[in-house]
This record gives sequence, structure tokens and C-alpha cells, in this order.
Amino acid sequence: MTLDSAILTLVTFIPLAGGLLLLLVPRRDRDIRLFSLVITLLAFVLSLHLPVHFHRAQPGFQYEIDKQWISSPNIHYHMGVDGFSVWLVVLTTFLTPLCVLISWKSIHERVKEFFIILLILETALIGVFTALDLFLFYFFWEATLIPMALLIGIYGHGRRVYAAVKFFLYTMIASVFMLASILWLYVKVGSFDFVTIQNAIRNGQVGNFLGAAPWLFLGFFVAFAVKVPLFPVHTWLPDAHVEAPTAGSVLLAGVLLKMGTYGMLRFNLGLFPEQSRHNAPWIMVLALIGIIYGALVAMVQPNMKKLVAYSSISHLGFVVLGIFSFTTAGLNGAEFVMLAHGVSTGALFMLAGIIYERRHTYEIRELGGLATTMPIYAAFFLFMVLSSVGLPLLNGFIGEFLVLSGTFQARAVYGILGATGVIWSACYLLWMYQRVFFGKVTHDVNNTLPDLSGHERAALWPTAVVALVMGVAPLIWLNLIDPAAQGALAPFAQVLSKVVDR
Amino acid sequence: MNAVAETAQNLPQGVDYIRFLPETVLSISGLIVMVLDPLVDEEHSQKTLGVIALIGTLAALAATIFMSHYPGLAFWNMIRVDSFSVFFHFLVITIAALVILTSYEYMTVQRIRAGEYYGLILFGVVGMALMSSAVELVLIFIALEISSISTYILAGFRRREASSSESSLKYFLLGSFATAFFLYGIALMFGATGSTNIILISQALHSGAPILAYVAMALMFVGLGFKVASAPFHIWTPDVYEGAPAPIVGLMSTGPKAAVFAVLLRIFFQANAPGRFWLIWVSAALSMTIGNIAALVQTNIKRLLAYSSIAHAGYLLVAFAVPQDALANIGISAAMFYTAAYAAMNVGAFAVVSHFAAAGERYVALEDYAGLGRRSPLLAATFTIFLLSLIGIPITGGFFAKFYVFSAALRANLVGLTIIGVINSAIGAYYYLRVIVVMYMREPREEVPVAPVPASLGMALAITVIATIYLGVLPGRVVDYSLRSASQLLSPEAAANSTSVPSRMNPSAGVP
Repeated sequence: MTLDSAILTLVTFIPLAGGLLLLLVPRRDRDIRLFSLVITLLAFVLSLHLPVHFHRAQPGFQYEIDKQWISSPNIHYHMGVDGFSVWLVVLTTFLTPLCVLISWKSIHERVKEFFIILLILETALIGVFTALDLFLFYFFWEATLIPMALLIGIYGHGRRVYAAVKFFLYTMIASVFMLASILWLYVKVGSFDFVTIQNAIRNGQVGNFLGAAPWLFLGFFVAFAVKVPLFPVHTWLPDAHVEAPTAGSVLLAGVLLKMGTYGMLRFNLGLFPEQSRHNAPWIMVLALIGIIYGALVAMVQPNMKKLVAYSSISHLGFVVLGIFSFTTAGLNGAEFVMLAHGVSTGALFMLAGIIYERRHTYEIRELGGLATTMPIYAAFFLFMVLSSVGLPLLNGFIGEFLVLSGTFQARAVYGILGATGVIWSACYLLWMYQRVFFGKVTHDVNNTLPDLSGHERAALWPTAVVALVMGVAPLIWLNLIDPAAQGALAPFAQVLSKVVDR
Repeated sequence: MNAVAETAQNLPQGVDYIRFLPETVLSISGLIVMVLDPLVDEEHSQKTLGVIALIGTLAALAATIFMSHYPGLAFWNMIRVDSFSVFFHFLVITIAALVILTSYEYMTVQRIRAGEYYGLILFGVVGMALMSSAVELVLIFIALEISSISTYILAGFRRREASSSESSLKYFLLGSFATAFFLYGIALMFGATGSTNIILISQALHSGAPILAYVAMALMFVGLGFKVASAPFHIWTPDVYEGAPAPIVGLMSTGPKAAVFAVLLRIFFQANAPGRFWLIWVSAALSMTIGNIAALVQTNIKRLLAYSSIAHAGYLLVAFAVPQDALANIGISAAMFYTAAYAAMNVGAFAVVSHFAAAGERYVALEDYAGLGRRSPLLAATFTIFLLSLIGIPITGGFFAKFYVFSAALRANLVGLTIIGVINSAIGAYYYLRVIVVMYMREPREEVPVAPVPASLGMALAITVIATIYLGVLPGRVVDYSLRSASQLLSPEAAANSTSVPSRMNPSAGVP
């Protein structure tokens, strides 16, 4: 086995192996933290191999490994990445070590279990992005549920149990519909393999496909829409975020939500192009509602973390908008927003967590004037707020710009409405920044808050650097994304020409 | 002289006894336990008799392996050894071994004198094993009774508890009533086809089924449906499970169930039984729905698992609804896989429950499990794995079993039943999750003691956890084996011809 065929397996399962090894490590918290950091960094370094040696010109999936797993039903261990998933894998491996760092001090009870759960979660997340067998995909998809629910339910704040159960039930019930669709496809095609199914659909070899396709599309879409989360199935997200521990929030916003948009990109667009086009209008409307509604609700939040959570709903609306614009720019932008949002919102959640550790509250009115007492913290916060707002030269700008220009090409009105989202995000984030950092210190406790510790800085610096690099040199990312976007849109050109022929 | 020679030729031969070896081994060990019981003093009876019983089951497993090399018919075509019966032999005997391992600690803590307890488990397993290899309805009936009567008594083993006696009596009365239905069905089937041998029935029904055969099928299904606790014959389940000793519930909810499902598979598929589709459809849909909805409001863990077992009987029956054609293969195989996966997770779950229940089974309320995750992390983690498997979350056997059943059903175009099943598994997630939530996310209650896990129980838990995960991650081998068994089941002639058994007298000729 060469490195190229083994690399995905390695990247995916190293965290799991580390988690299992942790079971044997004695309960010395420091060792456990160090060990987890080493494991996650190892996974990160290995995952860098993927984009570095990625062949840009080669269409289709790369680093593939395809082995029979179960002979009946015909299930394969089939993994591979393309321009979309390769960056999501790297995003996951990039954020997890930061989660370890940010949890260094904040988790002091049941430390071992925490890091085991975190590592298992990482494996499941990477698996979702690399699996090319629908069974394997569903396997990893569901496997992310338990560790995330445990992270929220055990290590969260106040109403953690309610939030964990709500999160679990929402996503579990929705994904059952996806399972039904996957099973239907298997029964008709005789394979769970994504590429095989895709080819069978394109060549019209699937019996009764036209009748079932609208339902199949919806089956997949519901599962993904809950995960994104799209309005009106978003209500689990604020609860989950507010109660989750910082590391949980970072992975939830940074990676878990992208499972939904990635799923739309890969499966809804990849398998059902005609249905996607057919359903695009109402989906785009939902995305727009998400953008504007999320922004408006974020504006009135008294709770800093809830504000960031609603801003995620707004940002993810951009991703869905870009995907269903069916333009190259839109798809490129959607993928770029996913990555940028992962980095900057991840960082914002870390920053919110840092203040929670010091003050044990997320309430904005409890804070104020922090810029004088915690200058370094304030600087990082400002940087991330600007990146999230979409300031040119930072990462948020590129993605949103591409999405909006793509949407303009598709439907100008939607583009205009979507563009207001950028303004809204500037409003709520900068207003929040003003209330938290400027003005006089209104609460005496806030005078004595210590500034960032070494671990916290170590967790924040990489996000800041990456946010800047993504804004200055987006081509590093777009170079790999673009061929995948072109490939994903190829069937749409055919659909379009069919429409024109009529 | 001639008659004597003919009789001598018709006597069972050596190979017949090999095909009956596991049952023989189990019966003998059961008898040894019974005989030794009065001889061993009370203090040691627990250990000694338990170890003998355990050795008995292990020997029976070895005998099963030995038996599997001699497939074919035995005892005047009443028993048939094929991959199918070997599979279920393995399953029920392993279940019994695990239950015995779980019982050591339980019996000591509950201060129940061991004695006939282990003997009855072994005799019960004889019945279950025999059910899976019998191809003669009368023998199936006898085997069913052997297994049932043992479990009736075992259900009442917590002598000092009124609830246990209630459980035993309820199970006995309703169970006898149900068995009568089964017997009546056999009688009508004999009337319809002139035989009680499954293979002969299949030949008779091949050319068309008289209306009597439909009635016979329905009656047999009532009797067997009661034993697997499928709705609408499920009413007894929660009460009986609540009162019976916890390890015995682990046995009752898996062993006899697996064996009865084997009988159902034989009757439905091998005997070519008519009109099963709607029977199964209605019963499966009802079981899933009633089981899951009733479980939502349970506060007693044993009752919760009782309703869950009704629901799981429903999922399993979905696999039975596939038509009698090329797809029957997959349906049978899915049902077999499901019984195995369900056995692993449910025996495990009840092992945890019986350990945790403490003296007099005082702690069986859901609330008692509060904070178990903090107080006994390993036990809680194990229980969580079983519960996740019962929900059907990936990497567990429960997931793959459900997945396999539903994919078989969809292939047979049973869209309605699949949708009901899928919605039900979503509902089911809630109440299992409640247990996990209580264990991990509630403050521990100090007055509930958590005893350390003894080695015997630890072994049982380890085996069930490994089995649950093995079936979820690498189900390939078990699936292949069950597919092979299914194809043998569907072509009885092929297996019968492959053996060197001399032709015997027609059993139906011997029936007056």
C-alpha cells in the first residue's frame, strides 16, 4: 500500500487510535492533554499531505482506497477526496488541536473522558468528508452524534441536558430520512458506492428514478438542512451552542454544520441535479430568510455566545445560497465561506469561551470596557470580528463576495437581498464589540481580569494567521476548489441545455 | 423375522445421535446439576452447580461444532441438521452460557438457592435448541413446551417476591393458552395436508393451499406470536419481565425468542405456508408502534426494556414479510442476523440491570441510574453501548441488523412497512437516550450502592460488548453464514440428498 492510498485511512483513524490509547493512559491530566495535542497535531500534519500533493488537473476523486468491507449487502470501504472535501478535512484537523489547547485549563473534571470523546469525534468528522460509500458516509454521519451530544451533555453549562437531547433528536430523526433514501438507491443500483450510483443515475439505469427522485432529494435534503441548520429547523443550534463547552462549540460551528452544506454539495447536487434545479427557488428563499432572520435575531441577543450562534445561521445561509445558485462563482464562494466561517467563527467561540472562564457569563451587559483591561484579547477579538464581518483582505470577504456575485448571475434580486446580510453582520458584530470592549469599565470585577494565557494565545494565533492568509492569497484554496466546482456543475450545463432545447 | 430386520433397520443409527448431540449433552449436564443439588451444601452450591452448568453449555457448543460436520435428517426425519439449525444452536447455547455467567453474582446477592435454577436453564436450552432443528410440527410443539415450562418456573424464582410469583403465574396461564392455539394450528395443518412434517407439508402446499391451511397458519402464528411477544399478543410481556429475575429476563427475551423465530422461519419459508403476508405486516407494524410508544413513558428499566423487546420483535418480523422468491434468501438472513445482534445487546443490557438491581431488585427504576456515569464509568459505558445498539447507532450490531432488515424489506418493495419501521426507530431513540441522559447528566444518588463488577459478570459483559461491536463493524462473516443457511433452508432437498442417510419410512404413514 502506497502512502497515497493509505493517507486517508491514516488521517481518519489516527485520532480514534489515539483515543483508544488514552484509555490506557493513567489519569494524569497534564499527560492526557499533551498526548491529545500530539495526536491531533499529528493528524493535522498528515492531512497537509492531501492538499500539497493534490493533482489539480485530475478530475474526480483522489487518494482513493476501495476495499470490500461487507460482501452482502455490497458495502465497500471506499474513501477519497476532491477539491471540496480535501479542505474540509484539513479544516477539521486544523481546528481540533486548537480545541485541545482551548480546553487545556477550562476542562478540569473528567479530563480523560473529555479528550477521548473529542478524538473520537474528530475521526467521525473526517470520516464524513472522506467516505465515498453511502453506507460508510451514513456510518460516520451518525457516529458524530454521540460524542457531540456527550460533549454538550456532560461538559456543558446550565441547561446542557436539554440542549444535548434536543440536538441528538433533531439530527437523528432527520437523518433517518436520508437512510431511507440511501436504502432505496441501494436497492435499485445494487451498490452503495457514490460514483457507481452517480453514473447509474446519469446514464438513466435506475428504474423508476424519475418518480422517486423528488422524494429522495427531500430525504437527503431534510437531513442536511437540519444540520446546516436552515430556517425553520434551526432551533436546536442556539441551545446547543450556548450550553456546549468551548471546544464543543468550535467543532459544532466549525465543522459539524459544514457536514450539512457538504452533504448538499456532494449528494443533492451530485445525485439529483434536476431536482436541485427544480427546488432551488424555495431553498434559496429559505437561505435568504436564514441570512436576514439570523442576523436580525443576532442583533438583539444579550448573550454573546448566542449572538455568534445566530451569526452562524446567517453565514451558513450564504453557503446554501451559493450552492443553489449553480454558478462557478457561487460554488467556489460557498466552499470558501465554509472554510472561512470555520476559522473565524471557531475563533469567536474560543474568544467567547475565554471570557466565560473569567466571568462565568456570556451576558454582554456584564462586560464593557474590556479593551483597557485585556488589550491583547481585545485585539484578537477585533481581528476576528472584522474577518467575520467580511472586511476585504480577510477571509470572510472573499467567500461572501463570490457567493453574492454568483447569486447575482443567477437571480439578481436574491443577490441584493443576500448582500444586506453583509451589512447586518457588520451591525451586530461591531455593535457587540463596542458594548463589550469600549466605554468605561462598568463592573469592578472586570478591572482585574487577566489577559490571555499562553495556551489561549497559542490557540488563537493560528486562526488569525490563517484568516489573513485566506484573505490575501485565496487562490491557494480556490485553485483546488475550482476544478471540483466546475465538475459539480457539469451536469447542470446539460440540464440547462435541455431546458433551452424545449 | 423379516419384520424384526426391518425394525432394526429403522432404529436410529449412530449418526442420528450425533445430530442430537448438543441436546444430549445439555440434558445430561442438567441432570447432573439436579442430582448434585441435594448433595452439595448450600454455601458451595452456587459455585459448584453454576460451574457445572457452564461447562455443560461449553461442551454443548463443542458438540454443536462436531454436529455441524454431519448435516442431514435424523430420527425418522424429525430433526434436520443444517447451517440454519447450527446457527441457532450456537446462538441459544451461547445465550445460556452468558446468562449463567450473569447469574452467579445475582443469585448470591438475591440469596436464592441455586439448585434447580441452573438445571432449568439447561433444560430450557434443550427445548430451544431442539426447536431450531426440528422439522416435525409435533416435535416442535414438544420442544416449545420443554423450553416454556422451564421459563415459567424460572420466572417465579424470586420466591419471596409477590411480583415474581405473579410473573410466573401470568406467564404460565397465558402461555398455556397460547400453546393451545399452536397445537390447534398443528391439528388443522395435519387436516389440510395430511402430514405434520414440514418438508411434506411444503410439498402438499405446493400445488395449492386449502382454506384450512390458512386457518392453521393463523392459529400457529397466534401461538408463536405470543412467545416472541409481538403485538397484539404482547400484553403479558411487561408484567412478566418486571417480576422475573433479571438474568432470566435476559434469557427469556432472547433465547426462546430466537428459537421461536427459527420455528417461524421454518414454517413460513420452508413449509411454504400460505397467507403470511398480512399476518406479518399487521403484527410487525403493531409491535413496532405499540412497543415504542408504550416505552416512552416507562420509569422502570425492566418494563422499558420489555416494551423495547416488543418493538424489536416488530423490526424482526419486517424481515419475515419478504415474498417467497429470490428475496426470501435475504429476508431470512436478515432475520437471523437480527436475532443474533439482538441477543448480544439484550443479554448484555440485562446483565447490567441484574448487577445494578442489588438485593431484592430494589434499584430498577430509571432514576436509580442517575450519575452512574460518574460512579461506575466502565459499567455505564458498557450499558451505553448496548443502549446505542438498541437505538441502532452505527458501529453497533443493532445498527447493521436494522439496516439489513430494512434494506431487505425495501428490496421486496415493502415501502410502507419500511417507513413505519424507520419512523419507529426515530421514536425509539428517545427512550433509550433517556437512560443514557440519566446515567451521564444527572447528579448521582448517594443511597444507591454500586457494587464492583465480579469477574464472571465482567466476562459476560466483555463478550456481549465485543459481540455487539463485532456485529456492527465486521458483520460480513455472520451475514455470509446466514445467507448460506437461508439458501439451505429454501432448498431442503439439496441438503437432504447430500447426506448418506438411508431412506426411512414415511413418518406420515406412522401417524394414525
